[in-house]
Order: sequence, then C-alpha cells, then structure tokens
Amino acid sequence: MNQESIINYTIHLADNALIMGHRNSEWCGHGPILEQDIALSNISLDLIGQARNYYQYAATVIGNNTTEDSLAYLRDAGDFKNCLLVEQPNGDWAQTILKQFFFSVYQYYLYQQLQYNNDDQLKAIAIKSLKEVTYHVRWSSEWVIRLGDGTEESKTRLLKALDELWMFTGELFEPASYELNMNVDFDLLKEEWTKKIQSVFEEATIAMPAKNNWHQSGGKKGKHSEHLGYILAEMQFVQRAYPNSAW
Amino acid sequence: MIAIRKFYYGDYGESKNGTADISSSNKTKNEWPLWEVFIRSKQGLDHKHAGSLHAADAAMAIENARDVYTRRMEGLSIWVVESKYIHASNPDDADALYDPANDKAYRHPTFYNLPDAVKHM
Repeated sequence: MNQESIINYTIHLADNALIMGHRNSEWCGHGPILEQDIALSNISLDLIGQARNYYQYAATVIGNNTTEDSLAYLRDAGDFKNCLLVEQPNGDWAQTILKQFFFSVYQYYLYQQLQYNNDDQLKAIAIKSLKEVTYHVRWSSEWVIRLGDGTEESKTRLLKALDELWMFTGELFEPASYELNMNVDFDLLKEEWTKKIQSVFEEATIAMPAKNNWHQSGGKKGKHSEHLGYILAEMQFVQRAYPNSAW
Repeated sequence: MIAIRKFYYGDYGESKNGTADISSSNKTKNEWPLWEVFIRSKQGLDHKHAGSLHAADAAMAIENARDVYTRRMEGLSIWVVESKYIHASNPDDADALYDPANDKAYRHPTFYNLPDAVKHM
C-alpha cells in the first residue's frame, strides 16, 4: 500500500459516506411520518460521522494544513471519488429506500473485510462503523420487504426504483486503481452482496434483474453525473461564500 | 397495508382506536396504529414509559422506538405495546380511588422499631 493509494482510497470511502449522508439529510423535515424522518436523519448522522473519520485520517496523511473541512468543502466535483449510486436523486420513498439498501449492504460486507485490514486506521474506522451499518441494513431491508410485499402501488414504485438504480450497482465492484492494493476481495464482496440482495428480494417477492454486464461507471474516477454538482453547490455554499467562517 | 400519512408533533391523540385523530376530513382507513414505548435503562431494573409513536406493526414499532427514544444511550431494552390494549383508570373516579388513603398514615411502615439483628431494611 503506497501513500497515494491510501489517501485516494480513504477519500473515496469518505466521499461515499458524505454524499450518501447528505442525500439522506435532504429528507430531514420531509419524511412521510415523524418516526421515519428521525430514522433517516439518524442514518445521515451516522454516515456523516463515518465521513468525518475518514477525512480526518486522510487529512493527517496528506499534511500541508489539510483539514476534514477543506476536503469536504473545498474540492470540486472532479475531485470527488464517490460511486455514482450515492449521488442519485432521492426520488420517492421507494427509491430512497432501495438506494440505501444497496449501499448499506455494500458497506456492510466491505467493512467486514476492512475490519481486518493491515492499515490500523482503516481497520479501526471499519470496526466502529460496522455496528451502525448493521442497523442500516436491517432498517432498509425491512422497508424493501414492506414495499415489495405491500400494496400494488408500493410494489410498482419499488420496481420503478429498481429500474432506475440497478445500473449503478455494477460500479461498486469494479475497483478503481487506488482500490487494487487495499486487500479487498471484490469477487467475494460481489458474491456476498448479491446473495443478500437476492434473499431480501425473495422475501419482498421481487425478481432479481437479469445478469447484465453493462453498467454505469466513472464516479470513483471523478466522472460524475450532473447531480453531484448540485449537491456540492448546496453543501459547500456557506464555506465558499464566507471562506474560513466557523461557528 | 401501508398508508403513509404525515404526522406532526403533538398529534398523538387519545382516540379509541389508538391512532392520531386531529381532523376527520383527511382520515384514512389505513392509519398506522399508536404504540406505547417502555425503555429499560442501564441503571434501572424496570421498563419505564418513554412515550408513544406510530408504526405499522410490532417490528417497526421497536425500530422506531430505537430511533426515537434511544438516541442518547437511554436504553438497553425496549418493550412496545399497542396503545389500544392499555386500560386506564378514569380520572373522574380519583376521589373514590385515592382520597380514602389520605388519613391512613399507619399504613406507612414507620411505627415499628426494627430489631438490631435485621439488616438491610
């Protein structure tokens, strides 16, 4: 593991968590019911907390007065290394749930591996985050089952969300150059992820999409959909308009 | 059946079917029922009433209770029960139920001399 890979990989993990967390935070105050509004806000806070841990680690490795804030607020879209899945719009509740489910299951099996990583920091953050992610998987699985095995409308919406999001799942298992030497077994990751998705879909009476080799990709290398620009515009506005402001 | 309806703080009413009832005009047949939440804290041996919430079923009620009532490390164990299964005393009966105990101070065990041999009382 060379230092540049560690920096890029850590920022990739951070960006995934930050953008996903920020997307979920858009639901705050708009949830369909108070209790689920709080549930999703809790998940947001968990993810933004994970992002902070990764940014802090990356900042110390980079040095040069880099801080977690400069990494989150002062980089442009082309420098972000999050996968395309997390920047996709929230859509309706079904789309938000399915996106969370795909991502949480991915994080769960990834952190399962990272908890034994030979980089002490990556290892420690994975161990700490795993408990949170375990709950995210549980929460989002329950909802996928409820929606899929619910009413005709909820099922229709879930299937529409699946149609929108499935093409973004392939990128999760296509390692970027900085992921290659991180001792992550991507074949195993994909196998475990697919197995879990399949078992929850079965319970939700949803068919797995046909195996298709084509998928969207590019996010990990900084090639993003137009959605990321809007996310960053909102998220970074205060820090860009009032540099170094603090509270 | 899942019906999603927006609820606000303070909606938790006292209607008989255990659901919020603020306006009859947008009432649907599929409102999520109300649940009472009991949390056992680290120090406590008993579950204490923490509040109430809406959920479609018991599993969701426990998850919601986790998200709403244990955010600040309050709990180790959660009980939920549908509000409609709780039977309460009638406040109008308070005089008859509680006032008679007022002048019966002898019911407090303060008039006995404990033998020295009895410890931990």
